[in-house]
Amino acid sequence: MLNPDSVGRTFHGAKSFPVTASEIVAFAAVIGEDDLTVAPPTFSIRISLDQSQDLLTDPQVGLDWSRVVHGDQKFEIFRPVVAGDVLKCSSTIENYKVVAGNEIVTVRSDLRSDDELVVSTWSTLVVRA
Amino acid sequence: MINVGDVIAERVFWIDRDLLKQYADASGDQNPIHQDEAFAKSVGLPDVIAHGMLTMALAGKFVSDWAGGPAAVKEFSARFVKPVIVPANKKVDLTVSATVAEVEGENIRLNITATSDGVKVLGMTKALVVKS
Repeated sequence: MLNPDSVGRTFHGAKSFPVTASEIVAFAAVIGEDDLTVAPPTFSIRISLDQSQDLLTDPQVGLDWSRVVHGDQKFEIFRPVVAGDVLKCSSTIENYKVVAGNEIVTVRSDLRSDDELVVSTWSTLVVRA
Repeated sequence: MINVGDVIAERVFWIDRDLLKQYADASGDQNPIHQDEAFAKSVGLPDVIAHGMLTMALAGKFVSDWAGGPAAVKEFSARFVKPVIVPANKKVDLTVSATVAEVEGENIRLNITATSDGVKVLGMTKALVVKS
């Protein structure tokens, strides 16, 4: 079970994520995108989901990642991610509830390049009972 | 002229196990339920399932193609209501279509539907695009 004290807290990821052209090419290739000047709209999930996993599986937070399924996902894209961006991710557990034994947790992740907010994402994850 | 209620023609994307592997490598999501049939069945799934985020990425391609490119997409959201089941040696469809829900100058809101094998797999799927 998730530690209720962690709800509302913001965790500033220590890692930086340099975005490379080859990462964009690989992601674009999966969906058949040939405009490689910017990353596809959902590219930043590469970073935010990784950070959410780090956050939620921290022993002080205590989520069981092995039983997680993705419930829903939202992106607000202030500008497209481009090769050369060095993104940092801060994540906040915005909502947590237990429905019929399933834990439902919503994590907001803000991706910034220096001080510029590039993308905000919300991932709702369901820990199956 | 784009009007509320306009329908964007349906398009079919094909998903197979090779695409799941390719997406796993490109996204970093190596969860074995998307690659390993025995593992997927051991956790109660009918077979290997596609990453929800792969289906969303493909729906995003549908949206960005209509809007004029990947830079046109400003907001994008989806709910993963049913898994896309991907048996070995088979291609399964992801059939995507959309309708125009709101027009405000260049800002256009779309409601998107996505099915696989006739079953709705994405729900509440919406995008805001700036159409060039």
